[in-house]
Amino acid sequence: MTEQTVHPVPRGVRGHAEPAPASWQERVSTVAASAHRMRHHIIDMGEAQGQGYVGQALGVTDLLAAVYRDQLRYHPEDPHWPGRDRFLLSIGHYAIALYAALAEAGVLEVEELATYGADESRLPMSGMASYTPGMEISGGSLGHGLPVAVGMALGLRHRGNDALVYNFLSDGELNEGATWEAAMGAAHHGLGNLVAVVDINALQADGPTASVLSVDALVEKWQAFGWHAVRVDGNDIAELLHAFDRLRDCEERQPRVLLCDTTIGKGVPLLENRERAHFMRVDEHEWQIAREQLDGSAR
Amino acid sequence: MTKKRLTTSAMIASFAEEGQRTTAAPFGHALSGLAAQRDEIVGLTADLGKYTDMHIFAESFPARYYQMGMAEQLLFGAAAGMAEVGLVPFASTYSVFATRRAYDSLCLDIAEPGLNVNIVGGLPGLTTGYGPSHQATEDLAILRGVPGLTIVDPCDSVDIEQAVPALADSAGPTYLRLLRGKVPTVLDEYDYRFELGKAAELRSGGDVVLVSSGLMTMRALDAAQKLAEHRVDTAVVHCPTIKPLDTETILRVADSGRMLATLENHSVVGGLAESVASTLVTNNATRGVVPIGLPDEFLAAGALPTLHDRYGLSTDRIVKRVLEELG
Repeated sequence: MTEQTVHPVPRGVRGHAEPAPASWQERVSTVAASAHRMRHHIIDMGEAQGQGYVGQALGVTDLLAAVYRDQLRYHPEDPHWPGRDRFLLSIGHYAIALYAALAEAGVLEVEELATYGADESRLPMSGMASYTPGMEISGGSLGHGLPVAVGMALGLRHRGNDALVYNFLSDGELNEGATWEAAMGAAHHGLGNLVAVVDINALQADGPTASVLSVDALVEKWQAFGWHAVRVDGNDIAELLHAFDRLRDCEERQPRVLLCDTTIGKGVPLLENRERAHFMRVDEHEWQIAREQLDGSAR
Repeated sequence: MTKKRLTTSAMIASFAEEGQRTTAAPFGHALSGLAAQRDEIVGLTADLGKYTDMHIFAESFPARYYQMGMAEQLLFGAAAGMAEVGLVPFASTYSVFATRRAYDSLCLDIAEPGLNVNIVGGLPGLTTGYGPSHQATEDLAILRGVPGLTIVDPCDSVDIEQAVPALADSAGPTYLRLLRGKVPTVLDEYDYRFELGKAAELRSGGDVVLVSSGLMTMRALDAAQKLAEHRVDTAVVHCPTIKPLDTETILRVADSGRMLATLENHSVVGGLAESVASTLVTNNATRGVVPIGLPDEFLAAGALPTLHDRYGLSTDRIVKRVLEELG
């Protein structure tokens, strides 16, 4: 990966007070430090709940850290600020990862994460917009995020608002026809303000995607649907940042998709090497081991 | 020579009777009129703009018209997204697609967040001779279970013209059973204004009360006239809002010895009849209701007059049924 010296900060205010454009090295280290903290939050939430979609969450942590610490425009103290970029969590069960990101973003207090999945909590297991500040939609019925994102992107453009709309979906969601209806619609309407981010962890509820319903040739599929497609290692922060920068190198009216290959359980060897499961089993004593492994791998 | 049989004709054949006064494309004109006053109104369709009168709006406001293609999940998801950023969308397709094909999108993208998205469903009930693929005979049954969804079944052009701004004004999601093309104009002859959530007594009568919605109100008014020839004094209560139902009016008109019948352009399962019946029972007003509507069947293809007569929606069949019930 070629290093850039200066980040061409694209537009306006981001969540954190970073008045001057950061150097490439600063960008990478900021995101990496954030991702490390997020992984701890995820392990803590998993332990509090006794379970959870910890494997998937650890897999997308680098990606969400890059989004919330390097890309997204928002005001943490005002989650409804009309000029904010919208980040839609189509994959509702990944909420645990987004809560960690929202804590990093300053939208949620870290202390509140301990309530994850508990009765009366604002942080339900599957993300719901009416519960959580910063949660734009109630995802979870898979395949809904991208159609809604198309409408938001159309609506924002219609209203002369230059905010971007990100829709975060998974490779499993590519099974859903609605995703492809929206992919066609986005290209037809020339939605250059729409970014799809796909987590490719190659796993879905009944097993590996390759055995459930193959979704091969992903870059070619999205390109054929009229999108500017970039595929990266979703656990390589430098590559992710570079890819986000490259997403802007396309036609102004072309929707963009970032396809991210991720490793389930990333950062915790115990979980990375565990048998792949949609809902990963973690024994009570293993949470502390996970924490130690996380700190070990960061050194 | 044998008499020429009626034919199915176009999918969107007008159900107006010969010589009846009609108004062209009342929904399209009402939406255009509203959009002239309110910038945030936008129109969407799923490859059925011409068939849901949305084309009138598209011609008036091309920059506020969004064609989503034959993709109903995208239609509703995108309408939700537009509402999320402050627009007030009207999204049209056929009722069968709105309910059967894109129910999950309607339910979760639009209704659960309580967005002001106004769904416009063409060909409700039995208003096409194309058979079950296009006949939304159970759309009310499907949608009545959606929390917070307002459901409107207008009678005529007057109802539609007045309902459109009311639907935009109501904060949450709505579903309008669209009558399109040359739509009968009936209610201007009565002292009537559409009011969301309210039923209106169009005609009083001491023997029978007909509680009707949609185009069946037009039939109820005709039937009431014919019943008068049989010395049956018939009241007609038009109930254009199916949900929330005007419980107060229903209980009031049911509180008498009159025969009570419901008339709906919908299956007798899950629509107006069952709404009225459950309202009565849950308010300890137990009494009989005669449900006049479509049978619990997949219906045949054919010409609309033939089908309305076969399945009991024609004025003659209504009169016959009421007289039978009266014994």
